[in-house]
Amino acid sequence: MAELSTPKEGTGKLDAATIRRITDMKGKYPEARSAVLPALWAVQDQFGYLPPWALEAVADHLGLLPSDVEAVSSFYSMYFNHRPGRHVVQVCLNVSCGLRGSDDVLAHLQEALDLDAEGTTPDRSFTIEGTVECLGACGGAPMMQVDRYSYENLTPQSAFELIEQMRAEEGRRK
Amino acid sequence: MSDPGLVLTRHRDAPDQTTLAGYERVGGYGSLRRAVQMGPDGVAAQLKASGLRGRGGAAFPTATKWSFLPKDIFPRYLCVNADESEPGCFKDRVLMEEYPHQLLEGVLISAFALRVTHAFIYIRGEYRSQRELLERAVEEVYRAGYAGGDLLGSGWGCELIVHGGAGAYICGEETALLESLEGRRGQPRLKPPFPAVKGLYGQPTVVNNVETLSNLPFIVGQGGSAYAAIGTEASPGTRLFCVSGHVERPGTFEVPLGRTTFRDLVALAGGVWKGRKFKAMQPGGGSMQILGPEHLDTPLDFKAVADAGSSLGAGALVVMDESTCVVNVAMRLVDFYRHESCGKCVPCREGTYFESELMHRLEAGLATRSELATLSDVCANMDGRCFCPLGDTATWFVMSAYRMFPEEFESHCDAGGCPVLARQEVAV
Repeated sequence: MAELSTPKEGTGKLDAATIRRITDMKGKYPEARSAVLPALWAVQDQFGYLPPWALEAVADHLGLLPSDVEAVSSFYSMYFNHRPGRHVVQVCLNVSCGLRGSDDVLAHLQEALDLDAEGTTPDRSFTIEGTVECLGACGGAPMMQVDRYSYENLTPQSAFELIEQMRAEEGRRK
Repeated sequence: MSDPGLVLTRHRDAPDQTTLAGYERVGGYGSLRRAVQMGPDGVAAQLKASGLRGRGGAAFPTATKWSFLPKDIFPRYLCVNADESEPGCFKDRVLMEEYPHQLLEGVLISAFALRVTHAFIYIRGEYRSQRELLERAVEEVYRAGYAGGDLLGSGWGCELIVHGGAGAYICGEETALLESLEGRRGQPRLKPPFPAVKGLYGQPTVVNNVETLSNLPFIVGQGGSAYAAIGTEASPGTRLFCVSGHVERPGTFEVPLGRTTFRDLVALAGGVWKGRKFKAMQPGGGSMQILGPEHLDTPLDFKAVADAGSSLGAGALVVMDESTCVVNVAMRLVDFYRHESCGKCVPCREGTYFESELMHRLEAGLATRSELATLSDVCANMDGRCFCPLGDTATWFVMSAYRMFPEEFESHCDAGGCPVLARQEVAV
C-alpha cells in the first residue's frame, strides 16, 4: 500500500537531533500516536519539507503504518510534500486584511518577485503561499507571515522592502 | 499596580509578565496555592459563582461543562483550545504573547480542580513563535515545581504538554481537536458522546478556550462573586474584544460585558477611519452574521446580540466603512470556509465549493439573478445539515449580508461588476 501511494524519492537519514525530538515527544504522551504531528514538525524543521521516505521513518519510530502517517501529513496544510523556497511568505487575504489593502500587498510582491498566485522564485529564496488561514494578527492588518514571524501594518512598498532586506541578509551570509 | 474593572489585562502596566518571576511579583501563582487550600470542590464553587461562560464562541457556562465529567472515571484530561483561527480574532494570541503565565496558572488550577494528570495546550501551527514562548513558560513552571511532581504537598501532580497544530481551522472544533491530538486527521466526531464523557483516548475530557482559563486566577484569587460583579448578571465578567477593519486604531480592548456597547468598542479603536461613515460590522468572528448601524448601541450582552441576529462569538468586531463592498467581504469568507472544510460531510464539502465559485462569479459580474436564488437554496440546505458547525456557519455571513444589502448583490448581476467599487472610482 505504502509503496503504491508514496513513490520513492531517494532516501536519507533523520539526524540525531530530529530523532531525539521524536523520541522525547513520544514519551510525553499517554499514547505514542499523539506524537505524529510533533514528529512531522521535527522532520520538516530538518529538511524544510517532508520527504516520502521520512514518513516511513516516522512510522517506524512511532510503531505506525506509513499510511497512518501520510494520512496525517496530507491533511494539514502546513506540511509540505515538496521543498519550498528558503523563506515562505504568506500574505493574509482574509477579511480584516482585505479591508485594509492586502490584495495590493500581494499583487505588488508577486509582480516584484515575478510569480503567479503561488510559487517559488528561480533562486529558491522565496515561496509565496497562495491560500492561508486568517493569521490572527488582524490588529496589524494588512500583515504577512514570513517563516515564523509576523510583519504588520504593511504597505505594498514596505512589504517589498522587507523581502529585499531578507534577500540582502541571505547574500551576506553566503 | 492593577486596574479596577479589568481581569485579563489588569497587570498590563507591570513589567516582565512573560516570565515567571515577573508574574510572581504581581502575585502570580498565588491563586494556585489558594486553589490547593480550597480543594477541587472549592474551586468549582467559585467558578460557578463567577458565572463564567466559554470564550471560544459557544458561550457555554464553564462550571456546567466541568460538572458533566462522570465521577470516579480516571484518567481524565484537560485540553486547552489555543487553535485560534476564526477570521477577525487575535485575542488568544495576545493572551499567550503577553500573559503566558496567567494562562498556565489557569490551566493548573483547572487541572487540579478536575483531577487531571495531563493537560494539553493545542496551539495552531501558524503561532510558531507563540508556541515556543509557551514552551519556555512551561519549562519555568516545571522548574518552579508547579507541574510534574507533587503540587505544593497536595498529593497531586499534572504534566503540561504544548502541542502544535499544522494549519487546519477545523481543529478548533473540540472533537476535531481531540482527533488531531490523537495523531489523526482533524475531522469532527459524532456527538454524543460528548468529550466530557468520551473524549481524548476515549476518556472524560474538558476542552476550554485560552481566554476562558486565563480568567481562573482572578476568579480563584478574588472570588467568583467579585468576577460576577464586573459586567451584568446575564453577562458576567469582561471580554477581550478584537477590533479590526476600518477603524483608526485596531487592537484588543478588555471591557466589562453588558455595560459596554458596540459603539463604545468602535470609539475605543479610534472610530471609523479616515473620517468615513460606518456601513456595517461583523461581531464574533468570520462565522457570524453582519449587523448594521442600528445595532451600534446594542450592549455586549450574549442575549442582546443574539436578539439582534448575530453573536458575540469568539470576541471579534470587524468594522466596515461606507466604501466596503459586502459581496467582496462575503467572497473572502466563503473562500476561507471552502479551503478549511475538512471534507468529511457532503453539504459542507460541496456547499462551500459552490458558494465560493458563485461568489467569485458574482464579484466578477458574471452571475445572474437566478444564480442568486440558487445560492440561497444551497445555503438553506447547508445550514443545520452539516456534520459540524463549520458548514452551518459558512452560510451565516453571506446570507445575512444578502438579506441586509439585497440591492448590492443584485446590482452585481445587473451592472456586470461591482457597483460599489465603480461608484468610488467615479467619486474620485
